[in-house]
Amino acid sequence: MAANRFNAFQNHGVGIGLRIPHYEHIFANKPAVDWFEIISENYMVDGGRPLHMLDRIMERYKVVQHGVSMYFGSAQAPDREHLRRLKRLVQRTHTPWLSDHLCWGSIDGTYSHDLLPLPYTWEAVDKTAARIREVQDFVEIPVAVENVSSYAEFTASEMSEWQFLNEVVERADCGILLDVNNIYVSSVNHGFDPMDYVNAVPAERVAQMHIAGHTRYDKYILDTHDHPVIDPVWELYARAIERCGPTPTLLEWDDRIPSFDEVWAEARKAERYLQPVAAHDEEMAGASR
Amino acid sequence: MNLEELQREMGAAVMQPLTSDESMQPSDTTGHWQGRAMEKVAGEFIRPNSRLTAFERLEIYNRQYWFRLQSSFMEDFAGLRSVVGDARFEAIMNAYLAAHPSRSFTLRNLGSKLLEWLRSHPDYAGRRLSLALDVVRVEWACIEAFDNVELPPLTVDEVASLGAESRLGLQPHVQLLALSYPADDLVLDMHRRERRESSEAGVKAESVDSDRHQSLRLRKRATWVAVHRVDFSLYYKRLSQAEYRTLAALLQGMMLHESLETGFEGSRLAAGSRVRLVGQWFTNWAELGWICRHSSDSESAKGSERP
Repeated sequence: MAANRFNAFQNHGVGIGLRIPHYEHIFANKPAVDWFEIISENYMVDGGRPLHMLDRIMERYKVVQHGVSMYFGSAQAPDREHLRRLKRLVQRTHTPWLSDHLCWGSIDGTYSHDLLPLPYTWEAVDKTAARIREVQDFVEIPVAVENVSSYAEFTASEMSEWQFLNEVVERADCGILLDVNNIYVSSVNHGFDPMDYVNAVPAERVAQMHIAGHTRYDKYILDTHDHPVIDPVWELYARAIERCGPTPTLLEWDDRIPSFDEVWAEARKAERYLQPVAAHDEEMAGASR
Repeated sequence: MNLEELQREMGAAVMQPLTSDESMQPSDTTGHWQGRAMEKVAGEFIRPNSRLTAFERLEIYNRQYWFRLQSSFMEDFAGLRSVVGDARFEAIMNAYLAAHPSRSFTLRNLGSKLLEWLRSHPDYAGRRLSLALDVVRVEWACIEAFDNVELPPLTVDEVASLGAESRLGLQPHVQLLALSYPADDLVLDMHRRERRESSEAGVKAESVDSDRHQSLRLRKRATWVAVHRVDFSLYYKRLSQAEYRTLAALLQGMMLHESLETGFEGSRLAAGSRVRLVGQWFTNWAELGWICRHSSDSESAKGSERP
């Protein structure tokens, strides 16, 4: 796997998002999943069943934290209580890295609970990078930022989304959680070539990848995480793996969640792309020895 | 427009209430833009594309915001819906969420001000206000009891050795309720139905038909309940009035003898019977792990550990 400093040099393989409807199956059948991604906010509580279930999962599996409300791009200072709770959870899970989104979502203390897109401006680059650094310093583990699906573009934007991503991660010196489904969704909604995006990402900074399904409407695509991954998204994934090497990969399925076996079977399709690249890498390493 | 100003503009647009057919308002209804057309407002910061206008692109976020909050609210207050009916519930939900948008990184706290809000806006609940308030009390107590912290409990022996001047703490997950109706029965009935729906679907129920949510017919009857947690599951324990008042007094920080005096105020129970009853209560509370150190004891214990 593409172990690098942004994923703490961990060789995680293919994982899926940990979801409540699957708990029973996981505890009863102990499936051989490489790792689970948890939504940090679901476990940033003081006690009760959520933390108990998490502890049971961690007895057998590796978990990696993924957040949905850090809002690196919000113009105002982060909520200190949020950060304290996040760090407490990091100490509990020993997550090797954590991720959240390159977006904003709160203003004047009110939360949208959505992943709102940023204007791709130099001001946003500076502020977002500074905030990622602040969070990274606080949690004391590598942070990776995820590109989001978006449905609107701002008149104020001064660069493409991938240029914006590259500028932010370079200045923050952080990793990337590359969501190839989000690239596809945004490419259809905004009319760009998704392969241009994948080809522009700094491969050495990619800590993790996300794959997922979405819903197509007449005039746009919505990132719903309630369908299997479509072929054009697998093609983007194949190219991303070709560029970045075998990278920890996670399937997200958040709505109309099917059986555990169905979700896991969909995630394991990623191995078709990971294994040949891993074998090639090993061959090259052997030849150089 | 700098980043903060842009986010304030978009935030105001995204959180503006939807029309009755769940579209974005054609004109500003909040006063933020002095009633201007939202098409003009959206065009000032959103770029259109060949398929969608700036208004339509902003509307996607406006709708998603409301759908997400409404979905969370409906999940938390299904009992309230069954009491007031779909139309009133929708009005309560939209007015409450407009008045109290989320101020927390988690949607868990979305309904934290609902009881207070409904009390000050009684017309929304109609003639079933009193029952609606009770159901909100129970449903919010469930949220608190579900994931509040559990402190180290006092053992049965420790509880037995307490003196009259002791001050005690209650587990933060224990939620004491004094109700006008046995509203816990209604919420329990709802949860039973939800569990059945969940197991049949294999996943969490998404939406519920109103006719399946006819609530139990309840008669007014003073009811005291503790919503609490045992082995990570929620339970409702009915209390006598004296037991409730004693626990509430302990929670307020009164000494043990003061709490018992408060609990039995006006009671005609003979002294011997009170002693037996109090013994049973404390044994039961200790077995359930409800009793813990008073916060001042915990603080001083922590303080004494410091070098």
